[in-house]
Amino acid sequence: MSGFASSSIARKVVMALSGLFLVLFLAQHATINLSSVISPETFNKWSHFMGYNAVVQFILQPILIAGVVVHFVMGIALEIKNNRARNIKYVKYRGGANAPWVSRNMIITGLVVLAFLGLHFYDFWVHEMAYKYIEANPEDPTRYHAETVEKFEPFWRTVIYVISFVLLSLHLWHGFASSFQTMGVNNKYSPAIRSFTRLYAIVVPLIFIFIALYHHLNPITHS
Amino acid sequence: MKLLLKIWRQKNANSKGKMVDYPISGIEGDMSFLEMLDVLNQELIEKGEDPVVFDHDCREGICGSCSLQINGEPHGPDRLITTCQLHMRKFNDGDTIVIEPFRATAFPVIKDLMIDRSAFDRIQQAGGYISVNTSGHTVDANAIPIEKDHADESFNAATCIGCGACVAACKNASAMLFTSAKVSQFALLPQGRVEATERVQNMVRQMDLEGFGNCTNTGACEVECPKGISLENIARMNREYLAATTKG
Repeated sequence: MSGFASSSIARKVVMALSGLFLVLFLAQHATINLSSVISPETFNKWSHFMGYNAVVQFILQPILIAGVVVHFVMGIALEIKNNRARNIKYVKYRGGANAPWVSRNMIITGLVVLAFLGLHFYDFWVHEMAYKYIEANPEDPTRYHAETVEKFEPFWRTVIYVISFVLLSLHLWHGFASSFQTMGVNNKYSPAIRSFTRLYAIVVPLIFIFIALYHHLNPITHS
Repeated sequence: MKLLLKIWRQKNANSKGKMVDYPISGIEGDMSFLEMLDVLNQELIEKGEDPVVFDHDCREGICGSCSLQINGEPHGPDRLITTCQLHMRKFNDGDTIVIEPFRATAFPVIKDLMIDRSAFDRIQQAGGYISVNTSGHTVDANAIPIEKDHADESFNAATCIGCGACVAACKNASAMLFTSAKVSQFALLPQGRVEATERVQNMVRQMDLEGFGNCTNTGACEVECPKGISLENIARMNREYLAATTKG
């Protein structure tokens, strides 16, 4: 097993599995967030459940953070190794002649998403941890919707979120279907997987973009 | 046809190379790319200069020796061909053509455009074979029935000529397409199944030891492969490797 753990294929599998896990998480995240537009009460209910349920907080949340860390650390480690695999670069290299831009620039789209996650964690996760564990505020199941909408009041934050979701879309466009190839799935179902990947890569980031723009354009007015 | 060639010149493995300009004229569209280089070398020899060293052997797309990166693509702008099968009619009068060796840390330059691809030999030696008793009691291969689809896929994988275009095209200089073709050609046949577990583990281990990069599924290798080796082989190798790992 020690040989397996350090092998190039094992590292690819780690990237693929952590990526697929994050893809699943994105669908769940988009669904709950969409409720903030449709029904603030439902959004508050779900957010409170996610914020105070012991299984979510102490089992699923650490698994999610581990998934994010593993995906990014492994991605960056592989990028460094791949750069070393060509110590002298080409004078002329027409990468676009044989592979799409998104597949060749996963590190760029990935790093933008990572930078966005820093802001996103600061905005919501750090705030939540401070609210619950540092300030030790009492439970308030009605606060989440207003807090979320308030975050999208500044134009700059909304723009950053929208740009990040566009880059996330590009990352998913290649990464989702690519995970199946890494796991050894390349058969009659592959065209369907690629089609679903493209649909997913467009729809899910669009939902997030819609939510950000909706809340920016519909701020809560304080009377 | 008049052309400006920009060619990588490097004295030996330890020296630092550089691009050198060579204007050339009198090139016919019916010439192969290597014949065009022959014309250049003849001129250089007549001028008393060192001719450009490049790999070549069969000059009919079989041996996999020719290995040039031409205008940013392995084997040039055409598809499903090697450099020796590339004709000058693919270029226009007045074109500038940039000619470099295939670049990979695992493929060091020996001189000019000639590279050392023995890393591929070592991957092959790590498991790209079947152990057969050849003492006179060898079973006729045709005595074992093989499903037509498997035979065809195995043959397709076996058409890999080991030229290294997959490595040259890959942004990560990954050798996954080559290694997977060599794993697949045996994995698909009953004769190859006997040593399948050790084969895939040993060949992948050797591939990693040689310093090739990691596959990120861009598909550039498949597009540039002169023999059209499919990415399906990489998926098959990944399956074989994962299955081999569970067996220990």
